[in-house]
Order: sequence, then C-alpha cells, then structure tokens
Amino acid sequence: MPAPSRRAAVAESAPETVRLTGVGFGYADSPDVLRDVNLILPRGSFHFLTGPSGAGKSSLLRLLTLAERPTSGRIGLFGQDVTDLGRSAAPPLRRRMGVVFQDFRLLDHLDLFENAALPLRLAGRKRADYAPDVEEMLRWVGLGGRMDAKPPSLSGGEKQRLAIARAVMTKPELIIADEPTGSVDKAMADKLLNLFQSLNKLGATVLIASHDEALAEQSGARRLRLDRGRLLGSVGPRGAA
Amino acid sequence: MKSPFAGTSSDLLPRDAAGETWLAAVIAVLCFIACLACVGAVAADRAAHGWARQLRAEATVQVRPRVGETGLAAAGRAAETLSSVPGVSEAAVMDRKAAEDLLRPWLGEAVLPDLPLPFLVTVRLNPRAPASTVVLSRALAEAGLDASVDDHSLWRGEVERSAALITALSLAGFLLIACAAGAAIVYATRAGLAAQRAVIETLSLSGATEGYIAGLFQTRFGLLAAGAGAVGAVTAAVLVAALRALGGAGGLTAALPLAWSDILLLSPCPLLAGTVALVAARIAAQTTLARAAPDPGTLGGRRSRR
Repeated sequence: MPAPSRRAAVAESAPETVRLTGVGFGYADSPDVLRDVNLILPRGSFHFLTGPSGAGKSSLLRLLTLAERPTSGRIGLFGQDVTDLGRSAAPPLRRRMGVVFQDFRLLDHLDLFENAALPLRLAGRKRADYAPDVEEMLRWVGLGGRMDAKPPSLSGGEKQRLAIARAVMTKPELIIADEPTGSVDKAMADKLLNLFQSLNKLGATVLIASHDEALAEQSGARRLRLDRGRLLGSVGPRGAA
Repeated sequence: MKSPFAGTSSDLLPRDAAGETWLAAVIAVLCFIACLACVGAVAADRAAHGWARQLRAEATVQVRPRVGETGLAAAGRAAETLSSVPGVSEAAVMDRKAAEDLLRPWLGEAVLPDLPLPFLVTVRLNPRAPASTVVLSRALAEAGLDASVDDHSLWRGEVERSAALITALSLAGFLLIACAAGAAIVYATRAGLAAQRAVIETLSLSGATEGYIAGLFQTRFGLLAAGAGAVGAVTAAVLVAALRALGGAGGLTAALPLAWSDILLLSPCPLLAGTVALVAARIAAQTTLARAAPDPGTLGGRRSRR
C-alpha cells in the first residue's frame, strides 16, 4: 500500500480549517483593506466576523474563497497552504466550501431548483440522486412551492434563503456566509441561524460575516471583530475572552 | 416552458449571452460566402482546364498557295495530308464563309467581301495521343505545302496561368473568410465572457474548473457555428443548384461551369465552422479565464479592484 503524501497527511492531521498568518491585502488604487491578519478557525468551530462597513469583512471572505490572493502573509485551508496555489488546484478546495454571497450571485436564467442544485451538478452528481435532497432543502427554507420560479421574481429575503440553500446543499466542510440574514425578518434569521448551527453540529466549520451584533450575541458563537483592516481579537459568548 | 437544456450543462450559460443571434447571422453569411468562394474556385479551375483541353486538342494551319495553285486547292491538299497523320482525328478546310463569320463581329459587313483572307485548315487532334506541331509541319513539308502550324500553346499557357491564379485567389478568399469567422467567434466569446462575469464567478466559486467553464462556451459556440454553417451551406447549395438548373452543364457563364457534384463540396461546411468555433472559443475562454483569475506567485502584487 503506498504511503500517503505529506500534503494529505498534513490535511488529515490539521486541527484547523482556516489559518491566516500575517495576511495583508489591497487593491491597486487604494490603501490596504486588510493588514497583518492572524486567524485560526479550528475544525468544527462557529465564528461570527463582525465590524462596520468597509472594515474588510468581504475582502477577508474573498481571500478564503480563493477569489483573491493576499499581498502579504500566508493562507492555509484544510491544512494546506493555498497562498501560491495554482488555478487548477482551487476548484477541488472550493467544492469543500459553501459560500453565501452578500449579493446572492444567483443565476437568473435558471429556476430555483437548478440554482439550489448547482454545486451538486458541478460535483458531477446525477439529477435523480440529488433531486429529493434539493426539494427537501427548498421546502425547508420555505421555497418548496416555487421551485420552477426564476430568481428575478423573488423578494430579497427569498433570494437570500435560496443562496443559503445552494451554499449548504453539499454539506460542505467550511461554510462562509457574507451577511446571510441581512434581508430576512427576525423569524427567518433565527431559522437560518438554526440551520447553520445544525450544520456546525454535524462538523462543518462556519464563518459568518455580519454587522448584526445582536444576532452574533444570540448565536452564542465566538465573535471576531475586524476594524479598518485589522483583526482586533476574538470574543466568546457574552463577552468572554 | 422548461428549457430543453434544463439539467444539462448547456443551460448553465444564459441564452443569447453575447448577442448570439447576431453572431449566428454573421457566421451564416460568412459560411455562405465561403461556400460560394469554394464552388467558384472549383468551377474556375474546371473552366480553365476545359479551355486548355480544348486548345490542346486543336491546331490551326495557315496554308500559302504555290504559284499556279489556288488557295482552296492548297488548303484541301493540306487537309487531306493532315487527315492521314497519326494523332489527328479530323482536318477540314475552313471555307471563306466560316472565316467571314468569325471576322464579322470584329470588322463589320462592309469590308469583308474585299478582304483577302488566309486559307486555313482546322485540325482536331486525338486527345489521347495528339500529334505534335513538329509532326504536322513535317507532314505538310513532305507534301510540298508551304504552311505554318499554330497549336495554340501561347493561349493555352495564358489560360492555364489565369486559371491557376483565379483558383488560388478563390482559395485565399475562402481561407480569409474562415479566419474572419474564427475572429468573429473569438470576439463574441470574449464578449460573452465579459457579459457573464458574475455567472462565471459564481460557477467558479461553486467548484467549476476553468476547463468546465471554457467547455460551456466551447459547446455553446461550437453548436451555434455548426448550425449557422449549415444554414450558410444550404443557402449556397440552393443557389448553386438554381444556377446549375438554369445554366446547364455550361453554367450561366462559360467562366463558371457548374456541376451537380459541386453541391457535395459544401457538405463539410457545418463541421468546419463548428470546428473553427470550438477551437476559437476554447482559446478565447481559456485566455480570458486565465487573465481574470489571480495568478499564483502574485504575492506582494496588487490587483485592480473589480
């Protein structure tokens, strides 16, 4: 039996899903939006990333989804250093993540069912295999009766629920959500938070960027506060350090 | 109504993402022109070879009568002599009326009766083993005839050179049009990639590989070009068939003799158009995706804000 590769062995034994070491990031025409960010998200952890608008939350999430590369520092995902990762190596890592975008990123020409099923299709699953799961998930987020509708006909809250359904369809190891409850009412926000907590209990690492401090407090999760590109530290439930 | 592509990878890109209807129209027109250029090249080649073959199979002999002999008698003797030469199928005196008929369009009616005309013999050669000019001249000399033989070699060379030029120009036109179609597809693919940037990013962040995304564009534009190519080819085939039916084997003009089999030449057009589109779309998509994605080793560099 061949010996497992070093990279695979590191990934298997790594206790953290995300590790950022001295990460900086900036765009060409503006000052750095992230500076010397150090962060570890242990496997199976649940974190809220809070901070005011422009603090760098979305940029940090884009780095984690490999949509951008840092201008300094190192990024590790699933125990693997991905800072200098080749483009062809990104898709397998992305299939291990579920991402909820702030602007939803729904495919307007596809119906709700096809939107929710997108990650499963891209993973090569057969429609007959995933159809029951997709239908159940859409029912769970309250969109079961509108599976044939197209996203432009949905309200903001419905789009957000669909985006979350799509992100968690594959039961990913890492769930990254950017303001996932920004467009829903309190009852639905609680329900969606419940969904994230359930997936977390099943082993997924969850990172939610939100400016809703109350929701973060209510979740009982650790809070990471980002301000002007710097991570100010991690706060436990009810303010515990 | 549910899309026929629902559940297949074809539906992941929006319909008409890059003005595809217009692109299809452009490709169909380009393929139509390319098909005509192709048939034109073949017909020009056929015409030139036909003319050269005709010229090669004929010779004209001008006979100068000796003292005491009429021109017609000398020409008759020359025709008789040449008829028995191996490689000659037929030799006949061109009478004055036939010569006048040939000259009438150039000189008019008035001067013809008084015009001294040369005494000519038209010789039809055996196309399989034509007698050479030397053989014909020797036979005439041995018969005591003062005559000169013209085997049309000067004209034949001109015709063959012109035909080769027309064929080469038609083929060059065909290749240029194929390149234009490829360029149009590359442009449309890039426009499609730019217009669908958000869709592509969503697919990419959902785990789609660059090859998969490029494949979506490749399939879309390959099928589109094949369909448009078929429309262009069928339209050209209808036109060629109409010209063939109207003009017969000789064509509407002697320069473009069409054959029914020319229509078969158009059958690979959809396949060629589809292949050009496949290659062009693949290259355009891969290049654009490579430029859009962050490159490895850019640590410390800065990217433009999107």
